[in-house]
Amino acid sequence: MTPAIPGLRLEPLAGAIPAWRVAVDAQGWLRACEAVAARGGRLAALWGSDTADGGAGTYVRALLVSHEGLICLELRVSEPDAGFPDLSDIFACAGRMQRGVYDLCGVRALARSGETADPRPWLRHGAWPRDVFPLRTEVPAASRWPAQPDEYRFVAVEGDGVHEIPVGPVHAGTIEPGHFRFSVVGERVLRLEERLGYKHKGIEKRFQQMPLAEAIRLAGRVSGDSTVAYAWAYAMALESICGSQPSARALYLRALLLERERIANHLGDLGYLGNDGGLAFGLAQFSRLKEDFVRANARLFGHRYLMDRIVPGGVAVDMPPAAIATLLDEADRLELEVRSLRAIYDDHAGLQDRFVTCGRLAPDTAARLGVVGLAARASGIAIDARAHPGHAPYTELQPRVVTERAGDVAARVTARFEELFESLRLERRILRHLPAGELCAPLAAASEGGFGLGWIEGWRGEVFVALEAGAGGEVRRCHPHDPSWQNWPALEHAILGNIVPDFPLINKSFNLSYAGQDL
Amino acid sequence: MHKLLRQIVKTGIRTEAAPQPDDSLRQIAGRLNDEVLRLLGRALAIRHVDAGSCNGCELEIHALANPYYNIEGLGIRFVASPRHADLLLVTGPVSRNMEEALRRTYEAMPEPKLVLAIGDCGCTGGIFGESYASCGRVANVIPVDVAVPGCPPTPAAIMQGVLTAVQAPGQGFR
Repeated sequence: MTPAIPGLRLEPLAGAIPAWRVAVDAQGWLRACEAVAARGGRLAALWGSDTADGGAGTYVRALLVSHEGLICLELRVSEPDAGFPDLSDIFACAGRMQRGVYDLCGVRALARSGETADPRPWLRHGAWPRDVFPLRTEVPAASRWPAQPDEYRFVAVEGDGVHEIPVGPVHAGTIEPGHFRFSVVGERVLRLEERLGYKHKGIEKRFQQMPLAEAIRLAGRVSGDSTVAYAWAYAMALESICGSQPSARALYLRALLLERERIANHLGDLGYLGNDGGLAFGLAQFSRLKEDFVRANARLFGHRYLMDRIVPGGVAVDMPPAAIATLLDEADRLELEVRSLRAIYDDHAGLQDRFVTCGRLAPDTAARLGVVGLAARASGIAIDARAHPGHAPYTELQPRVVTERAGDVAARVTARFEELFESLRLERRILRHLPAGELCAPLAAASEGGFGLGWIEGWRGEVFVALEAGAGGEVRRCHPHDPSWQNWPALEHAILGNIVPDFPLINKSFNLSYAGQDL
Repeated sequence: MHKLLRQIVKTGIRTEAAPQPDDSLRQIAGRLNDEVLRLLGRALAIRHVDAGSCNGCELEIHALANPYYNIEGLGIRFVASPRHADLLLVTGPVSRNMEEALRRTYEAMPEPKLVLAIGDCGCTGGIFGESYASCGRVANVIPVDVAVPGCPPTPAAIMQGVLTAVQAPGQGFR
């Protein structure tokens, strides 16, 4: 059913998921967002595109999720100075995305007053000058500028005994780079401000030099720990442009790979959460289970983390009957092992003391920030792309959406255990009901200007890909969106009132991607 | 507590044999003398810097600590400060936003300092290449002793790279 937004005519997009696009003016942009927000919808992604080669100027697009499906708003910005209406009053998560749009495309989000709420750069540090916007078509990808001054003003907290702790970009362990600025009194955190963008390596510009069929490899490397989710989302977008649908067998195998990615990451996180809570035993045990699991991936699918196993049109793996038996056996053994480890975690007073009430993200805060994925579900928000109507093959698999109410580290641990068991159930169901069909169907040629969307619930949260085809079968524009955009600001709230030594544990309980949001 | 102890006993020791060094991974031949390498090979401190990876290589660095590879069992440990490190392990193409942080980390390390670049991106710039935002391979920013390709390289391959870096050329791990 087409979502009703007064005054706008939505055009349906072909493809696997219910989606519409609509060209809007500045008024329509705000009205559509207000209408979707009023009915409980959310902002999924926001990005800019310069299409000067088509003579059309710069577009800003907002992807909204409503009960009916996805709605892509397209606002043409004819003059860079005109900007576009700021959405951060309606969707709090818009702020950083809007700053990213300015850094890359040079169009500002303007509040009703005509001011920019936060004019600080987000992705631009010192790599390019402030008056250069790398995603504009006239800027060659290979451009290089001398290092620029990198000044960034953190919000200062003043008061008796307040001091700042700067951390990063290089952290103490094997962690991705980013900067955290803590304002503390004694051990207690009064404020945390994140500064990200250190890993920005020009992925969106890189996409524009690639043929559509090959760019799926780049999509699979936006955030390596979610390679299956990104590759599937990219394939879904491309298939929607080409008007093709993979076979039921290919879709089941994609779901199998996606659930295996979820299981592997949850196993890893459960180990590190034990470790950060002071139980090294947990890390030794869960990292052993994870290693067994990724070794099975390597044997059966040819890659430990399943990179490049999803291809446009289908999958690059098959599941012979002997392998089905192997995986069913693995699922049974893994479930027994994880259940006994969970009993140990649950009974461990020291560990529970660290987990319970630590890093609490209250359900109303989570809702206001537009938090998604596992973190949202652990704060009582029952959203999961897999449970959305039209998400083949999940409509047949009927996944259970796991929710917890407490929003603390303990809730995010419990959600991981429950989702792991649910993924094992789904894996068994996929293996027992695997339909026949071809593994990969050739795609029709993509027409110039074709536009498609992909939407996949990765282990961390929902991953989106918005893809636009160019004239010669190459990518005109590809925007991959990581759930970490929405969830990083939530970490700033979850830490409030906690002590600095609990930060690693709270951070790990969210386990957000830097690479995925820095692009 | 008895459940925990029973689980430990049941699991047993899973550690596998370490791989042998591979001279073909060397980028710079024999910088350090045998005696220094002999000492490092017994107690090596590694500082890891992610200079812009997709985070795939980090998954495999984490795996080095699991019971199968048990890298600490070889006397190799990861340290929090470059001041304590003998070897710098770098992942990713070097993003321009991380170029200075990587250089400063390298400069903060005491001599003799070894550098191991891992992953296709660390070795060549990989799929990201060089651009307005990426410096490409690690060797474009700091000198690299040993480079291990792969997307991502397996834990055994990373371990082999580490062991190659601390061995005199042409010798096995002692």
